[in-house]
Order: sequence, then structure tokens, then C-alpha cells
Amino acid sequence: MSSFLFRRIGQAALVMVLVSAAAFLLFNYVGDPVNNLVGQEASFEDRQALRDRLGLNDPAPVQFVRFMGNALSADFGISYRMQRPVSELIAERLPATVELVIASALFSLLLGIPMGVYTAIHREGFISRVVLSVSLIGVSLPTFVIGIGLIYLFSVTLGWLPSFGRGETVSLGFWSTGFLTTAGLKAIILPAVTLGLFQMTFIQRLVRAEMIEVLGTDYIRTARAMGVPQGRIHYVYALKNTLLPVITVIGLKLGELVAFSIVTETVFQWPGLGLLFIQAVAFADIPIMAAYLVMVALVFVVINLAVDVLYVFIDPRLRTKAEDAK
Amino acid sequence: MTMRFITLVFVLMSVFGSTVLAENTVRWSAQGDAITLDPHAQNEGMTLATAKQIYEPLVHRDETMALQPGLALSWGLTADPTVWEFVLRQGVTFHDGRLFTADDVVFSFTRALMPTSDLKDIIGTVREAVAVDDFTVRITTEGPNPILPQQITDIYIMSRGWAEENNVTGPQDVASGEETYAVRHTNGTGPFILNLREPDVRTVLTKNPQWWGLQEDEPHNVDRIIFTPVSNAATRVAALLSGELDFVLDTPVQDLARIRRTPGLAVQSTPEVRAIFMGLDTGRVELRSSNIKGKNPFSDLRVRQAMNMAVDRNAIVQRIMRGVAEPAGMLLSPGIGGYTEEIDALPKLDPAAARALLADAGYAGGFSVTLDCTNDRYMNDEAICQAVVGMLARIGITVRLDAKTKVLHFPKIQNNESDFYLLGWGSGTMDSHYHLDFLAMPDRAWNRTGLHDPELFTMIDDIAIETDLVKRDEMINTAWLRLKAAEVYVPLHHQGLAWTMKDRLSLPIQPDNQPQFRLARVAE
Repeated sequence: MSSFLFRRIGQAALVMVLVSAAAFLLFNYVGDPVNNLVGQEASFEDRQALRDRLGLNDPAPVQFVRFMGNALSADFGISYRMQRPVSELIAERLPATVELVIASALFSLLLGIPMGVYTAIHREGFISRVVLSVSLIGVSLPTFVIGIGLIYLFSVTLGWLPSFGRGETVSLGFWSTGFLTTAGLKAIILPAVTLGLFQMTFIQRLVRAEMIEVLGTDYIRTARAMGVPQGRIHYVYALKNTLLPVITVIGLKLGELVAFSIVTETVFQWPGLGLLFIQAVAFADIPIMAAYLVMVALVFVVINLAVDVLYVFIDPRLRTKAEDAK
Repeated sequence: MTMRFITLVFVLMSVFGSTVLAENTVRWSAQGDAITLDPHAQNEGMTLATAKQIYEPLVHRDETMALQPGLALSWGLTADPTVWEFVLRQGVTFHDGRLFTADDVVFSFTRALMPTSDLKDIIGTVREAVAVDDFTVRITTEGPNPILPQQITDIYIMSRGWAEENNVTGPQDVASGEETYAVRHTNGTGPFILNLREPDVRTVLTKNPQWWGLQEDEPHNVDRIIFTPVSNAATRVAALLSGELDFVLDTPVQDLARIRRTPGLAVQSTPEVRAIFMGLDTGRVELRSSNIKGKNPFSDLRVRQAMNMAVDRNAIVQRIMRGVAEPAGMLLSPGIGGYTEEIDALPKLDPAAARALLADAGYAGGFSVTLDCTNDRYMNDEAICQAVVGMLARIGITVRLDAKTKVLHFPKIQNNESDFYLLGWGSGTMDSHYHLDFLAMPDRAWNRTGLHDPELFTMIDDIAIETDLVKRDEMINTAWLRLKAAEVYVPLHHQGLAWTMKDRLSLPIQPDNQPQFRLARVAE
């Protein structure tokens, strides 16, 4: 068991190093930050001098080793664009992204699961058909278009919800939250729906498919024959077994929410990590880009690692195989 | 426990949820935020536009870009043509209550000249600033500098005492790896005081009740300014339409018609001080991106004339810029000294004659070349380049378009790796010398035309130090005519600006795209 864990952790570390190296190679093509750091009057010599001081003229391997050395002590340097420490910026922006991800995860689960169950039970019903056709939109429309569409409907036309920003936030020490103010709660609705729509339709379709399969199994038929009430069959026996694979997939999809938040945050000017990253790209702000890529890779690696480990604990068959493999 | 938590939530909501807004609040937005609040660390539009509300220069510009007394009441050249004297305004205090004196001016100029300052090149001719008494300052330049007052309108005055106390006697150094106090804290003399700074999220300024300008006629009546950068243009426009914003600095030209039709909103436009043009590398023996080997088509004047005759500037202005630009025949925009309508006259649009000229030059079969272009710097830049590709194709020149982000495009120009490039040029000093120096002189990182005209170069050097203004204007005129005749550039248009705002807000549009809220009035 522990050898399996160590092997997994070793693989995860290797992935992290490879991701950092790949990110670093890319930085040779993102452009020259110095151009943004000095005015148009600056002379060629001044620019070269600044490149030297920033270490941009060093060979890529030297820059990489220096970066990895600093990254191990969580020092990502200072942002070229904002002229503030990257770790401080990330700590400042993290709450916005985490809250957005939580809100959209809740949205997609609380709507997706009941809708999936409903459409599985009432397969031919009118409402099911409507829900299924509408969910096609969620799957096929790009996030950007959904966001702008929602803004035009709910902000410009109806004037109900704000079109950008986080509204009012409350600072709880290191964490700034928008969940405690009306303005903050109103502000999170549109971005959360935009970000969660795809996941919601995905979960709904997944639950529906699993549920239909479960409803056809022998023990459900037996339950029916024994006269167990319909509601109990659907929501206790069937749903419980439906949710097992769904939970696994949701775990993996959480990482996707973080990744997709770049587009949503840009559309709604949501001051989270995605917006920070996209603005860094436009500025060739290498310290922020590097830190962000490493962080997202870390999120994915940790989630995958956790899922792998959980599998072993949940599924006894895997545990035996792992033992056998020794 | 649960009850207590819910009560806490409600208490917090009632405390933070309802914000009491000041009477006249202006909520505005632009694509990006100021990089820093340190007024000498970055020579960049939004950074200077933010500093402008908090700090003040010795000499202000009004909405027509004409000079106006700022912290200096008057100024003039002394008997020595290398020394300017500035008489300062008395009784001015910084936001923290310190009295403003000549010593602060000396300090600020010294600071703006330091190696880490990004403004040092604009005031590169300044040798030193010296306090004569508490309210008189003399600035000495290397050689006579007739336009010094024009060059110092972006040099903001900081308090020496405050800077020393907070260890910010020098501008922020990006390479130092640490943030200085002045990046997020300010202490100016200006009309607004920094109240809250959350970079990229929100910057709140409040009225400075002690500001000297409030004693003058028709002062501004803005109590609070809330700036929120919104990077997505569609969201910015939506927020203006929904009433969440009062003023948007950079509205896409394609949305202007809709905003004009919306009741309660207004559009203001003016030519920006920025010409958009293309540069041709004439100096090289052979173009890197051309199918013609052994010679450079651009080094033939007839080819350059043909290209200037093939570009339909009016079509670009009408179709792509939707009228928010003026077609250009010169690199200098109206409003800057040295601009004349004759030099700005458009080259005749005549594709047939252009083809004949190309044939004369030996390129009857045309040639190919790559045009380097930005896609995120100037208004509709990529679309402009696409249009130029089509127009040059009509006379047989096959242009491959390489449109990319500014962080890749500009280094290509500076490293001298482009044969044919798009560029825009504004002015920090509102004087012709700035343009001529950067765009005509050899070995300038922004001039990759390879222009070789020693007589013109001498003339430009002389313009820098000529103190007889009538004679200087004549020299400037001659220099522009000479540069135009060389046709190493293909001028396209003078970019326009369009500000959109609620019609109850009156804020004069500025050709440098930097709003001055000291000139704003909100209708009651």
C-alpha cells in the first residue's frame, strides 16, 4: 500500500517538474516584457540594461534552474505588470476564484442531479424533452457567448444583476468573501451560472444515463415487486447507486472549473486567478504566468492523486491488486 | 450556534451591504489599470492618467493641450538660454498636510532623472533643478531647450519629506524584486486624494477639499471617483448601457452608434495625438521576407511612391475606423506644433499610376513582402493591416500579414527584424522634434526605415537647440517636407478617440486620452 502511495507521489513530482519545464520553454515565445516596462522614449541600451537586470538575457536553462530553486521556497518573484510579489497577488486573488468555483459547483450539482433523476424517471415527458433540448445549448455554446448573453439579458435589458466585478466583499483576515453581502451574492450569480452551465448539463446527462441503467437492474425490479413505494425506490435505492460514478467524475471536473474560469473571469471582470493570468499573458508578465501554470498543474496533480488514493480505499478489489503487485 | 451565525451574517450584511455613496460620484472604466501609483516609475497612459488626478506638475495642460499654470504660476527663460525659471504657487499643501515648497520640486526632478525613472528620457536635457528661494526654482538644461515647459507636463511633484519617511526617494525598480511604498500609496497636491487602491479591481479617489483650484471659477464638483478596469470591451459597454458606469474611456468604435441612440448617454470624439503609419526598411541590401533577391524593392523611391498611391486611406477611415479617425499624409497629428494641412495632404489615390511606377522600377510582376502588425495595440489594428494587404495586392505586391501581440511585435521592430511594419506614434511633448527625432534619426530603435539623409539629420539636431522660435518653426517645416518627400513611411490616419458617458456628466475629452476630473462637472 505505502509503496503504491510513494510511487504515485513520485510520479506526481515528476509531472510537476515536466510541466514547469514545458511552461518555461513557452516563455521564450510569449514576447518581451521589457517593452511594457519602459516608455517609448527609452533607448535600446536602457532596454538591454533592464533585460540584463531582470536576468532575461541568461540562457533558458539557467533561468529555469533559478526559477525552480525559487519556486521550491514558494518565491515566484515580483510581477512585472503590478510590481508586487507574485505570492501576495495569488493569495489576494485566490478567494475570488475559489468562491466562484464553489458557487458554480453548487449550481451544477443542485440543479444537475435532480434534473438528471427527473428526466430518467419521466423519460418521455414533455418537461424532460424541454430540459434535454435546453441542456444541448449548455453543452454546445461557448462560455464567452453565454456570459455576454446573460449580461445583455439580466444587466442591460432587465437591470437585475451587475454585469461585472464582485460587488461588495467582506475581509475576514486573509480571505475576502462576497458571500456575506447582498451585492456580493448578486454579483456571483451570472458568473457562476456561466461557468457552471456546461458542468450542469454534463452532470444532468450523466445522472440520467446512470439512473436509466440502474432502474433496469434486478434489485430495482425486486423492490418494485415487493411493493416498496416509488419515491423510496427512486431516491434511495436507485439514486444511491447512481451517484457513485458521478462523484468520481465530479472530483475530476472540479479541476476543469478552475481551468475554465479564465474565460468566465475575463467576461465578468471577476478579480480571480484566471483574470490575473490572462492579463499577465497580454503583458508577457512571466513571473505570474509561471506561478499560475505551476499552481494549476499542482491542483490537477493533487486531485488526481487524491482520487487514485481514494479509489484504493473505496474499492477493495484495487487494494488487493495493489497488494498482489508487490 | 446556527442562529448566532445567521445573526452575524445579517449584521455583516447590514454593515457592508449598504454603501452610502457621496453626492457626486463618477464611476468609470477602461481596459487596463495603472501599473503603479509611483508617478515616475512608468511612462504609460493609464499610469499617468491616474497620477494626474492625485499629483500635479509645474505646468498643466488644458483640454486643448495648451499649457496652463499648475504648481508653477509663471515661467520663463532667464538671460542664460540654458536656464528656465519657475515661480511657484504659494500656500499649497500635500494631502498629508505638508507645505509645498521649491525643495519638493528639486527633489521630484532629481527623482524623475534617476536611472530607474521611466521619464528620464523625456526630460533628458535637464541637468539639474535648483531652489532659488522657497517659491522659485531654476532648471538648467544641457544646451538651450526652448520647449522645456512642454516636456515637464508629466513630471509630477512629490513631497520630499513624505518620500524620505517612506523610503521611496527613488522610483520603483522592477528588477529589484520588491514592492515599494509608493506603488500603492500616494501623497500629492492634486484635486483628488487616494482613498482605496486594489490594483486591477478598484481605485477610489475622494475630493481634496484643500485643493487650490477650488478657489477658481467653476471648479469641479466631483466628490468621489471610482475606477474599475474592465478588460472585456463587450462587458464595458454593457456596464455603461446598464447604468453601472458613468464613463467609459475606450469604447470600441463599432458600439458608438448604439450608444448614441441610447437616451441618457453621450459620445464625445476628437482626433487623438497619434498617427498610424507603416514603415518600409529601405536601408537593407535585400529584404528578408521578399521573393526578390539581391536587391531591395523598398530602396527604389518609385516603389515607395507607388505604395503610397495604392492605399485608400478614406476607405480605411470610413469602413474600419467608422469615421473615428482622419486620413493622414504626414506622421504628425493636428494640434502639435509643426503640423500643416499642406504636408498632411493625402497622396493621390491612383492604383493604375502606381502599377506603372512599379513597372518603371522593374517590378512589373510585383514582389512579395511580409507586413508585421499588432493585433492588440491600436484601434482595429489587424483589420487595418488586412485592408492594406488587399490594396497593395491591386498593384501586384503580395503582402503576407503577420499580425501578433504587441509584446512580440515591438521587440521585432526594436531588434531591427522587420522589413515592413505598422506603428503608431503619439507625443509626450506636443512638439515636432519628438517625432522627427524618434522617426527620422538613424539608430533610433523605433526607426527601421534605414533613411539616409545627413542634411536632414543635422537639421533635426539643430531644431533641438534653436531658441529663435520663428526660425525653429521654419526648420521644422523644411524637415517635415524633406521626410515626406523621402516616402519611407506610408501614413494611414490620425487615430481618433471616442469617450462615452452619461449625458449628465460633463468632462472635456483630451487628445492624449487622459481624463482630467478637475475639469469635470456633474449636473445636479
